[in-house]
Amino acid sequence: MKTALTRRDFMKVSTLAGGGLLLSFQTGNALAALLPKDAEVFQPNAFVSISPEGLITIMAPNPEVGQGVKTSLPMLVAEELDADWTMVRVEQAGLDTRNFQRQVAGGSGSVRSSWESFRKAGATARQMLLEAAAQKWGVPVSECITRNGFVIHQPTGKTLNYGALATAASGLEVPQEVKLKDPKDYNLIGRRMVNVDAWNIVTGKMPFGLDTRREGMLTAMVARPTFGKKLKSVDDTRAKQVKGVKQVIVFDNKVAILATNTWAAKKGRDALRLEWEAEGTPESTENYNTAFAELIKNTTQEPKRNDGDVNQALSQADKVLESVFYAPFLPHAPLEPMNFFAHVREDGAELYGPTQTPARTRTEAARVLGLPEEKITVGMSRMGGGFGRRLQADYSVEAARISKLAGVPVLVVWTREDDMQGGYYRPAGMYRYRAALKNNQLTGWHLIAAAANSANASRENSFPAGVVPNFRVDSHNYQSPITVGPWRAPNHNFIAFAEESFLDEIALELGKDPVAFRLELLEQAKTNPVGHVAYDPTRYINVIKTAAEMGNWGQQGVKGIFKGFGAHFSFGTYVAQVADVSVQNGKVKVHKVYCAVDCGRVINLSGAETQIEGGIIDGIGHMLYGEITFKSGEVEQKNFNTYRLIRMPDAPEIEVRFINTNAEPQGLGEPGLPPIGAAVANAIFAATGSRIYRLPVRLPGEHSKRSF
Amino acid sequence: MAVFQLNVNNRSYAVDVDPDTPLLWVLRDELNLTGTKYGCGVAQCGACTVHLNGNPVRSCTLPVAAAKGNITTIEGLSENGDHPVQKAWIELDVAQCGYCQAGQIMTAAALLARKPQPTDADIDTAMAGNICRCGTYKRIRKAIHLAATKGGAR
Repeated sequence: MKTALTRRDFMKVSTLAGGGLLLSFQTGNALAALLPKDAEVFQPNAFVSISPEGLITIMAPNPEVGQGVKTSLPMLVAEELDADWTMVRVEQAGLDTRNFQRQVAGGSGSVRSSWESFRKAGATARQMLLEAAAQKWGVPVSECITRNGFVIHQPTGKTLNYGALATAASGLEVPQEVKLKDPKDYNLIGRRMVNVDAWNIVTGKMPFGLDTRREGMLTAMVARPTFGKKLKSVDDTRAKQVKGVKQVIVFDNKVAILATNTWAAKKGRDALRLEWEAEGTPESTENYNTAFAELIKNTTQEPKRNDGDVNQALSQADKVLESVFYAPFLPHAPLEPMNFFAHVREDGAELYGPTQTPARTRTEAARVLGLPEEKITVGMSRMGGGFGRRLQADYSVEAARISKLAGVPVLVVWTREDDMQGGYYRPAGMYRYRAALKNNQLTGWHLIAAAANSANASRENSFPAGVVPNFRVDSHNYQSPITVGPWRAPNHNFIAFAEESFLDEIALELGKDPVAFRLELLEQAKTNPVGHVAYDPTRYINVIKTAAEMGNWGQQGVKGIFKGFGAHFSFGTYVAQVADVSVQNGKVKVHKVYCAVDCGRVINLSGAETQIEGGIIDGIGHMLYGEITFKSGEVEQKNFNTYRLIRMPDAPEIEVRFINTNAEPQGLGEPGLPPIGAAVANAIFAATGSRIYRLPVRLPGEHSKRSF
Repeated sequence: MAVFQLNVNNRSYAVDVDPDTPLLWVLRDELNLTGTKYGCGVAQCGACTVHLNGNPVRSCTLPVAAAKGNITTIEGLSENGDHPVQKAWIELDVAQCGYCQAGQIMTAAALLARKPQPTDADIDTAMAGNICRCGTYKRIRKAIHLAATKGGAR
């Protein structure tokens, strides 16, 4: 494969003066190599540099939130470079929109968007090393190959390692076209590679945002309003008496306490006497539930999708099934609460911390600070989870505001209670499905959805769209003061549960096996598609069949254990799951989950597998326990003693199988989550005859859930 | 404010802080041992787990005044990051975001010291206080079993 290079892909060749102690992630310090101060480092582009000692530094431009891109993206560079992975160190890049594209952790899109450019970066460096060696030996380049960090002259067997060629290579022109490897020659892609930060993580040396420490820095905590409240009065007399409290700043309907340490900041904030007053009508959970129920009675003017004539199908049906599913608000609750460091000066600003969107952070900070973007740097710490919460810039911009007002570098720290109450939640919503059945066929499908602050609460092209001749989706937006935002697999995270549950209801009504019913529909999508088909039915069928086989679908299992099935396509990836579930005294136990995945080519097998496992466990936890409720605008679950997250005893065994394919790599951070809710709910139905319409699951006779 | 003598990772420290300051903030803000994490502040998530005289404790709710004895944090679990639990964690690539893992590792190391060959039920009981928001529980369980074979009880 030959690929033309764009100017944007590559900078001109540069030689850099390197220096400093370089630590490898492999063992922490075994590779530690002190570069001579004036060493010439070969840096053909912004992604990779090679020192004369042979140490290869690969930049990780994308934010690392636990999705593994700090490992998988450098693997792409190293693969095409034919690098010795034990000589590679990975360094987190800051925001650099000139050299890197899409520095975002979201939409399961990092690998998808970087697949080409990262491989090209490695291939370019490799090509230059080949040429440098050929020149040195006075032989044709065509006689030379690369292997594991060496250039080899095949006829003579002479070798030179990359380090020895680094200086010579840096004097060469950057090639405009490079040849990418044939996938059959991959050495790294597809293998199990350990997270590059693993050693630092297990020794406590990995800095997260909350660990930021800078000269002269103060720690800030902020008193923020609940939804629909306004600051009326502030008495900071006692707060200022707390030892360590240096400043109290009232701004933007909030109060910030700046102190020399975290505990003083917290005590100072606790000592504030604040009065809040209602602004408008603060909402409670029952208000929006009533509003949703009203909205889903009617269609909208502009359906999201409208194939055939669903009204006719419903009126002419032998039978109409109708089910309403309810989604609660969910917090993201990453284990590292929101925090950000900011140092705003007259002439510029440094921002540093956990963000899934450094570019958005810079843009919004520039606006608030009145500084040009080029005067603001944004650095990215490794993040203690995000799940979408850190796609927002509220907390980073708030830190910038406080630093500017206070005139000092500041680390703004949110407590867990702040984090739970000041969120951008997965929107609550209600989903009314109707199915028209005629002559034992599914002839019509109508979804009317309503959700808080959501222009589109659906995923209108999800299966069975493309199969059902009369198919309509309407979505109502309910305006609410409660802020919402993307939450791992937005919309998919609930819609897959609702749709795959409803499909089971339809299959049951038609007297068909749920898996066989899905396969029958997907065969129709191949032979007789309706409208736009957003998925490949063959790949869909393949994962469904594989999961069914893995999970011994249709066979009698262990007594008391029941099976449920769910499948979903999201972010380019096909996932099907079988859940083994038992229910005793109303308590749900998920024993094992079998999962088949087609995400195209797998980059890091270990990373890919753990994303799917984590998605399954995350999905089970939230379907069983997750719910945020509001009382007059105030979040009722303020910490993990009232908001339950899944724990070790609830985590099932999981078996994951990736379908081997040469297709382009697709998303992995999110697609594992959506189908599990339905797989478990369908198994609960098999076990108890109770259909789950409302999450989290509450079964009669279950007592342990609220008292843990 | 009062001066407290602390023994952390076999070193003695004198810190001048409020007696009600949780040990967590003394470690992180006074001693700059930031490997111990804040997750909830109410002893629910386990991210702040350290050993006090060999027992796993939640440093976020333990006032410094009550932290009497030998304290071990993740930084002091082993000299070179080669405790069997740490080695197993790397070998099985347990971490996703990694934020909770110091607490998980400290809890697991204390379990293995007490019970060198834990069953799955032992693991469920011992680890139930540590939340992993990324859901790495399957690998944590496997890594504890692996560490047991590596002499994790050392």
